[in-house]
Amino acid sequence: MASTFRGVDFYNLDGLLSEEERAVRDTVRAWVDEHLMPVIGDAYIKGEFPKQLIPGMAELGLYGANLPEEYGCAGLNNVAYGLIMQELERGDSGIRSFASVQGGLVMYPIYAFGSEEQKRRWLPSLAAGKDIGCFGLTEPDYGSNPAGMITTAKETKDGWLLNGAKMWITNGSQATVSIIWAKTGSVDDVKSIRGFIVPTDTKGYTAKDQKGKLSLRASDTSEIVLQDCLVPKDALLPKSGGIKSPLMCLTQARYGIAWGALGAAMACYDEALDYSKNRVMFGKPIGQTQLQQVRLAEMLTEITKAQFLVLQLGRLKDAGTMTPEQVSLAKRNNVNIACECAREARRLLGANGILAEYHSMRHMANLESVYTYEGTHDMHGLILGQAVTGLSAF
Amino acid sequence: MKIAACIKRVPDMELRFAIAGDGKSLNPAGMKYDIADFDGYAVEVALRFVEQNSPGEVVVISLGPDGVQETLRKALGMGVDRAVQLKADEVPFDGMAIATALAGELRDGGYDLILFGRMATDSANQAVGPMTAQLLGLPCVTAVSKLEVAGGRGKAQRQLEGATESIEFPLPAVVTIDEGVARPRLPSLKGIMAAKKKPLEVKPAQLGEARLSVVTMELPPDRPPGRIIGEGADAVPELIRLLQTEAKVL
Repeated sequence: MASTFRGVDFYNLDGLLSEEERAVRDTVRAWVDEHLMPVIGDAYIKGEFPKQLIPGMAELGLYGANLPEEYGCAGLNNVAYGLIMQELERGDSGIRSFASVQGGLVMYPIYAFGSEEQKRRWLPSLAAGKDIGCFGLTEPDYGSNPAGMITTAKETKDGWLLNGAKMWITNGSQATVSIIWAKTGSVDDVKSIRGFIVPTDTKGYTAKDQKGKLSLRASDTSEIVLQDCLVPKDALLPKSGGIKSPLMCLTQARYGIAWGALGAAMACYDEALDYSKNRVMFGKPIGQTQLQQVRLAEMLTEITKAQFLVLQLGRLKDAGTMTPEQVSLAKRNNVNIACECAREARRLLGANGILAEYHSMRHMANLESVYTYEGTHDMHGLILGQAVTGLSAF
Repeated sequence: MKIAACIKRVPDMELRFAIAGDGKSLNPAGMKYDIADFDGYAVEVALRFVEQNSPGEVVVISLGPDGVQETLRKALGMGVDRAVQLKADEVPFDGMAIATALAGELRDGGYDLILFGRMATDSANQAVGPMTAQLLGLPCVTAVSKLEVAGGRGKAQRQLEGATESIEFPLPAVVTIDEGVARPRLPSLKGIMAAKKKPLEVKPAQLGEARLSVVTMELPPDRPPGRIIGEGADAVPELIRLLQTEAKVL
C-alpha cells in the first residue's frame, strides 16, 4: 500500500474550496498515491513516460477536465482543474505536463478555435485518451520569440502544404495528433499565423525524441519535422488567427503550471518535514535544529503564499476576468518558489536526497524545465514589467 | 437487484487525534473525515453486483449530522443511484440506537441485499450490521470476503485463521463486508459532477434508546524511550537477560 499524501494546508485553505473542488482534489491525490508514486522513480531513471497510466487518467476524466460535458469532458471549474494539476505534479512534472498539453494545448485550441465538426471529431477521443495530442509552436531558433517562426502553410488546391521544424514538443513522439502553428503568408507576416490539426501519420510528418535530457525524464520531448506535409483544407482551425491564438493556449497551460509547480513544492516540503522528524543526528532529530526549522518555515511560508495566489487566480478565471499578466505573475512566482523548495528539501535530506527513492531531487531537476518552458522566468518578468510601465523591453 | 449499503462517516484514522475539553469526545479542530474503510468496500461490492446484474439500484444510507452528506455524495460520485441521510445531531455510541433507526428506514425498502462494512473504523464495535439484521428478522453473515448471489440465494466466504468458511443463505439478507472483496473505486470527475444532480433525501433519524454512553476517552501513554545497554558481543548476555526478565518475550 502506497503512503498517503495529506497536502499542506497551514491556513485552512480547504475552507475556501467547495465540497466538489475538494472531492476532485482528493480523487486525483488518491490516484497519484496508488498508481503514479509506485512507478515514477523507475520511469524517471529509465527516461520513459509511464504510458500504462494514460487510460486510468482518462477514466478519471483528467484530460481537458474544465471543458464542457457535451464533448466528453468533466465540465469542472478552473479551481478544480488547477487542483488536478497540483496533485499530478505532486507526483511528477512530466505527468502533469502530459495532462497539461493534452488539455490546455491540444483540446483547448480545438475547443476555442475549431469548427463544430472538429470539436466532435477530436475532443471526445482526446478526453478518452484514445488520441494523444501535442502542440507544435516552438522552433529550433524561435523559443521566447514564437512570432518569428518560419514554419509555413501554403494553400494548394488539395489542401495545406506544411513545411518547417518544431522543437521541445512534449508528447511529440507518442502523439496521434498534433496542433501545428504555421504562417500562411510571408515569414514576416505575424498576422498570418494559423493553427492546423495534423494527424501524425500524415505523409511528410516525422517526430523523434530528443535524447540526453537531465530533467523531465518521465516525459517525451521531441523534434518534429514537416516536409511537404499535405493536410486537407478542413485541417485549419478556422477561428485561429495571429500569434494571439497560440498565446491564448499558453495562458491556459501556464495557468495549470502555476498550480502544478505548487504541487511539486508541497511534495518536497512534505518529504523534508517527514525526514526532519525521523532522521536522527547528534542524538536528536534534525528537525529539532534551528537550521532545519528555519528551512522548513521558509518553505511553508512560500507555499502558503503561492496557494493563495493560485486560488484567487482560479476564482478570477472562473469569473472571466483573469488577465494573461496575472497568469504570468503566478507562473513566475510559483515555479520559482517550487525550485527553491525543491533545492532546500534536497539539501535537508543530505546524502539521501540524491537518491531516486526520495522525490525532491527529481522535482528539483524537473522544475528547471518548468522554469524555462511556457515563457521563461525572465520573459514573464518582462511581461509584468511591460504591464506596469506600459513600455515593452522585448 | 436492489441493494442498500449503510455507510459511516469517520475521522481520517491517520491523523493525530486530540481529546476535546469534555474528556469523552474527539476535538474536531483540524479533523478530516471520509467513508469508513470497510464501508467503502461494501459500496464497491454493491456497485459491482448491479453492474453485472442490471437493472438494479444501489442506495447508500448514513446516519448523522449534515456533514455525512459529503460522504454520501462521495458514494454517489462512485456511481451509487441515490442517498438517504438519517439526520441526527450526533452518531450515538450505542449500536442498537443506530440499528433501530436503520431498520426503520430499511424495513419497507424492498432490498434484496443490505450491506455494511465489517466494522466502522472509529468505534470498531462490529455491532450495527448484525443488530439491524436481528431487528429486521433477516439472516446475517459477517466479515465476508467473497460474495455471490444467484436464484434468490447468496453464497459467502469468510476468512478464518488458517481456514475459509463457506456459507449459504436465502435473500433478502444482511451481509457485512471485509476487505479483499473489491477495492473501492475512486469517484471519477464526471461522477463527482453527476453526484450533485442525484437524489439525496434527508429524513429525521428515529433513533432507538441509547443505553451505552462514553464516560471517558484517553490517549495511550507515550512509549518510553529506548535504552542502550552496551555495545558489541559483550552486551548480548545482558540483552538476553532483559528480554527474558523484563520484556518477557524469550
